[in-house]
Amino acid sequence: MIAQDLKSALKETCPELDDRDSTDWPAFNCPVGSIPNVVKELRDDHGFDALMDATAIDNGVEASPRFTVVYHLYSPENHTYVRLAGDCLDDEAPSAPSLVDLFKSANWMERETYDMFGIIYEGHPDLRRILMWDEYPHHPLRKDFPLAGHENELWDPEIAENTGVKVKPAPMAGGPFVAQQSVFESKREPAAKDESWSEEKAKPDQ
Amino acid sequence: MSTETTEYAAPDSGGKAATAAQVFETEHLEVSMGPSHPSTHGVLRLNLELDGEIVKMCDPVLGYLHRGDEKIAENMTYNQFVPYTDRLDYLAPLANNAAYAMAVEKLANLEVPERCQAIRVVTSELARISAHLLGLGAYTMDVGALTVFMITFSEREKLYTLFEELTGARFTTSYSRIGGVTRDMPEGWTNRVLTFCEELLPLLDDVESLLTRNRIWFDRTADIGIISKEDAIAYGLTGPNLRGSGVDVDLRRDVPYSGYEQYEFEVPLGENGDCYDRYAVRMEEMRQSVRIVRQAIKKMPGGPFYAEDAKKIYAPRKDKILTSMEELIQNFMITTEGPDMPAGEVYFEAENPKGALGFYIVSKGGGVPYRMKIRGPSFNNLSILEKVSVGAMISDISAILGSLDFVMGECDR
Amino acid sequence: MVSSNQDFGYNSKVEGGVIVSKADAVINWVRTHSLWPMPMGLACCAIELMAAGASRFDISRFGAEVMRFSPRQSDVMIVAGTVTYKMAPALRRIYDQMADPKWVIAMGACASSGGMYRSYATLQGVDRIVPVDVYVSGCPPRPEALLDALMKLQDKISTEYSAKNLLEA
Repeated sequence: MIAQDLKSALKETCPELDDRDSTDWPAFNCPVGSIPNVVKELRDDHGFDALMDATAIDNGVEASPRFTVVYHLYSPENHTYVRLAGDCLDDEAPSAPSLVDLFKSANWMERETYDMFGIIYEGHPDLRRILMWDEYPHHPLRKDFPLAGHENELWDPEIAENTGVKVKPAPMAGGPFVAQQSVFESKREPAAKDESWSEEKAKPDQ
Repeated sequence: MSTETTEYAAPDSGGKAATAAQVFETEHLEVSMGPSHPSTHGVLRLNLELDGEIVKMCDPVLGYLHRGDEKIAENMTYNQFVPYTDRLDYLAPLANNAAYAMAVEKLANLEVPERCQAIRVVTSELARISAHLLGLGAYTMDVGALTVFMITFSEREKLYTLFEELTGARFTTSYSRIGGVTRDMPEGWTNRVLTFCEELLPLLDDVESLLTRNRIWFDRTADIGIISKEDAIAYGLTGPNLRGSGVDVDLRRDVPYSGYEQYEFEVPLGENGDCYDRYAVRMEEMRQSVRIVRQAIKKMPGGPFYAEDAKKIYAPRKDKILTSMEELIQNFMITTEGPDMPAGEVYFEAENPKGALGFYIVSKGGGVPYRMKIRGPSFNNLSILEKVSVGAMISDISAILGSLDFVMGECDR
Repeated sequence: MVSSNQDFGYNSKVEGGVIVSKADAVINWVRTHSLWPMPMGLACCAIELMAAGASRFDISRFGAEVMRFSPRQSDVMIVAGTVTYKMAPALRRIYDQMADPKWVIAMGACASSGGMYRSYATLQGVDRIVPVDVYVSGCPPRPEALLDALMKLQDKISTEYSAKNLLEA
């Protein structure tokens, strides 16, 4: 199935569909609200029977639109994939329509995207966290969340009281050593990404 | 034999005999199975609602092994991330390494030489045998057949010896680099692999004689945990679970990568989608893997084991690095800043032993990915548990979990 | 220092079926040679733990006969694998349920110190939540390393003041 044929067929369902830069399989951008219709057409008319992946990208704190939801579909008859991406309209409280009615596999994958990014899927029957515990207050894969994490309480109050253990940020001193892509030579030396504090040096107050 | 039954009179019934439901106030029992439980493979918690022995509702709780791999990937270069891919499906690390390296090479449109592709095929198929052996051992151990566990672990020790000779580590190998593999196969390694293959086949026959026509095994696994074809595709199942339900999808044959199109192999399919079929599919897959390994070793081409012309991606040879300035600079750039990847997005799936392991990599140029999504097959394989366990008995849950053969490392990442 | 490794010159005709020894020596000897592990197999190290229990690196030669998955029936908890913050309270509960005397072996880099997972979700070392007796390094440690850790734990136990703890507690 040539990408051009697919594009012209899909453009009838959704006129705002557009090409997306992709290194391999055909990829399309489309407004978030019409994603269910496009996916339904891909499934029913073009043989893309399997939803392989549903995820999201955070384009950066200052970027607008900030969140992009991405879906990958696979066609077992034609042996091809297609990628579908849509930008969430709201940067503060992003949301996207849920695909649970079309593909059951979307259930857990959308729960994971909600857990990691905070994107609310409208129409999802059971949107709660799946990888972190239910009361965790942050969304870890957002770009403004540091790899080390924030300080929190443990989810079990009894154990937290008995042992006094809290969820502490991981000590980042000494790694990972990655060189930044930068013009300045000093920045291009491999250094830990965040060296402002370590196990000897206390964290500066923000 | 005269039986004297005591009949309980129900309240307000005028002395008539009561049923158990009126005497006992029954409600469904909520049991939390896990996270530390011998027969959930890894840390998985199942919130079960039971009516006696029968499961009415099952809610799996994951995330007990969520270590933040995707966030870590955004802070590491492509080569620094290879050890983390080992620990995704920790039963078949060589297959994960190869899948990751192929995904990143697709991003750079890099073709690796044929020898490297053949080595990757051999190691991936040996990893498949290793994963299926352990899955089988753990599955039968849960159902109660302990001998098979001991047999399969002894075979896996032979595989560990082979892997250790090739890569230096028993199973967390970190064998791939972007653009090739770490080192070439040692002298005589392929002969030892062929010896292993010869020893494996009679052993598989032994295991089959213990299990396949065994009445107890059959009763415990046939017609248990039936997954229909539509359900299997809708819930995103891949790998032997999907093929056990009769759906003919195998990424090695359909979307060939790393030279799989040159090898002849068959793809076993199940009929009913029950636990027995999934077990049979895995047994047959091991035999087909042996077939692929033999073909690959016979055809093993000579040549380099890494892409020599990918100057900014694969580090040059050590003797050149230590003597020549240009190679020294290349090595420095690749090690510190990472392989120089172009901007773009790529999604690559490989047929791993557990299913289709997918990597979605968004790169904005440079050596560190912008976003890496790892599609773990066990995540989707587990999602069908909510449907399949309803109506089963508790002891069947062990059989179903074993036959789904998931690994929490790639489920939670 | 009491050790259970001292030789006894024992002649049953002279001694008559009676051995006189220190209570510590006997109690420690019994404890070290029948340590039943509770495998807290969380991640990849669990595979090496299973390999240590399988036939090539038999762990039951050292007294760890059965891997009891019940905390009430085991002596030593082998934490094998990454402990996340979600798993940590469950781990602590299981540790609390174990009966005294109990010991903990932290197997692998992730259990000892968080390993290579320096992230928001990983407990940086299981010793932040349970007291650890022996740390095993390796990612994953070879089964021989685990057996060495078990032997070191046996040496550690044989130096304990068991009689004093029992009689005073």
